[in-house]
Amino acid sequence: MTIQFNDETFRDDYTFTNSERAIKRFPFPFHEDSYMYSVNMEQHQGGPEGSIYEKRFDVDEHYISEMKDRALVLDEDPLRCQSLPHMTLAGWDLLELIMVSKSEDYPDLFELHRDGNNWHWINKPLGIEQKFVFMDESTLPYGPMEYITRQTQGDFALLDQRDENLWMDAGMVTTQADWSLDFDIGMNFFEWHAPVPKAHEMGIFKRALKFLLNIQQGMPARRLNWTMTVNPLLDTSPENYHKWGAQKTTLTPENVGQKQYLRVELQTFFRLPRSNGMVFPIRCYLISLEDLVTIPKWGRRLHRVIRDVPEELATYKGFIDNRPLIVDYLSKFDDGAPTSDGVWPD
Amino acid sequence: MSTFKFPPSITSRPVYGTLEPRSGKHHLMIADAEGAEALFDLVEKDPDLIAHAQIMYFPAADDTGYAEKLKAISPSKLYVGPSYSAAVPRLRRILQDAHMGLQVYLAGTEGLIGQAMSEATNAGIPHTAIQTEHRGSVARRMQCVHCKGITENVVTDPFTCSHCGLNLFVRDHYSRRIAAFQGVCVDAEDPGNVPPKRELYS
Repeated sequence: MTIQFNDETFRDDYTFTNSERAIKRFPFPFHEDSYMYSVNMEQHQGGPEGSIYEKRFDVDEHYISEMKDRALVLDEDPLRCQSLPHMTLAGWDLLELIMVSKSEDYPDLFELHRDGNNWHWINKPLGIEQKFVFMDESTLPYGPMEYITRQTQGDFALLDQRDENLWMDAGMVTTQADWSLDFDIGMNFFEWHAPVPKAHEMGIFKRALKFLLNIQQGMPARRLNWTMTVNPLLDTSPENYHKWGAQKTTLTPENVGQKQYLRVELQTFFRLPRSNGMVFPIRCYLISLEDLVTIPKWGRRLHRVIRDVPEELATYKGFIDNRPLIVDYLSKFDDGAPTSDGVWPD
Repeated sequence: MSTFKFPPSITSRPVYGTLEPRSGKHHLMIADAEGAEALFDLVEKDPDLIAHAQIMYFPAADDTGYAEKLKAISPSKLYVGPSYSAAVPRLRRILQDAHMGLQVYLAGTEGLIGQAMSEATNAGIPHTAIQTEHRGSVARRMQCVHCKGITENVVTDPFTCSHCGLNLFVRDHYSRRIAAFQGVCVDAEDPGNVPPKRELYS
């Protein structure tokens, strides 16, 4: 099907909206009425038709506007995209993975023509046509990672694998849930997750790392993560926290349905062929509570999850102060009826 | 008393040990302020070490004679400098000439240890050849996550960024690459509501 791309903003006047189709395919992350950390990994080999899991790199109605927002972030702060010198090869791996995947999965939107190392890339939604020599940086306007991730929704962490660990040695990070690439670049898996409460003690990261180190080429994996964001603000960076933090205090009982968003990350993990590194795309989906409760099962369940989530987690995820407002609002959509297992609407 | 036992913290926060003599032809010792005491203890454990030891030392402003005492134990080379940052070009030159098997000993404040560690690893010295021991002040080297400026010798939480002036709280999240802890705006959600400053670990 052809996608109708929205013309919308993720800042200032916040004209972001989800169509009915986008609401229906939203990756609701709770498979039961409560939430605790787990290594909730599964294979990333497609999913139901039309779902966000169907393609390797989901392209949706927000594509063009998200890429404009990314460009604005990078204009203000080029440190959101960094690559340590040994990561260029992994950048080419990533460029190839995305170009091949998108041209195969969305042939009406993207084309890739290859003649040896002479490549011709056509990105119709963004109006880009680029002839370049694969593995020759001088033939692209940016480094390979930056070039392709300026054209792909989601943040990207490029990971080097050595010493039985994964090292975040490059990335494009403009839609993050409050972590800094500039600070975390060069850290290993345990170090960059250090601030996450509880999960270390639960052994989550040890098990997750073991799983990730064993991911083979062509066998990507995925999981969901979530948090809460006031306003459809993609760039909830620590860098700009002193600018956006005050927005968190603008919720009222009247506007909470429109202004409070559930923020879900689809995290996927792909092995890269030449560098033997990994890419860790982190794709952000936003939905207002008002839109979310149009799916009755999701309204009921989100109420129960937010109400019962441990205080430490609500603090870490940054919504502890707004929790009473959110729970009050959601309670109106919870009639106490049982919910069915799994994430899908009834 | 120059030793301080840091409470358990998150996994990115460095932990320090106690310097132990290692066998090797060359020993590079870098210390500031009360870090000198860790070097005295080290040399006491193996008096033969000092003849092959090069020391770089940065006394505190109120130095009570550590520099003199270091001279008295007769290292093969002793450099006493006004500040670590002034000595970085010298350190880089020394590391450039380092031979295989060089043992590195870092002692003193976290800022000194972190920065010297970063120089040493960048120069290709393996982690396993570098030992650290914290002595003296618990002051931290902090990076402002907003303006990226470094504020040295932070002893309170919150503190004021010496570059952009924001009031920052002190996190335990630590970057070895930057050799600094992370400082984040403390009154972002309620501008002007800055909690009173408390001394670190008080």
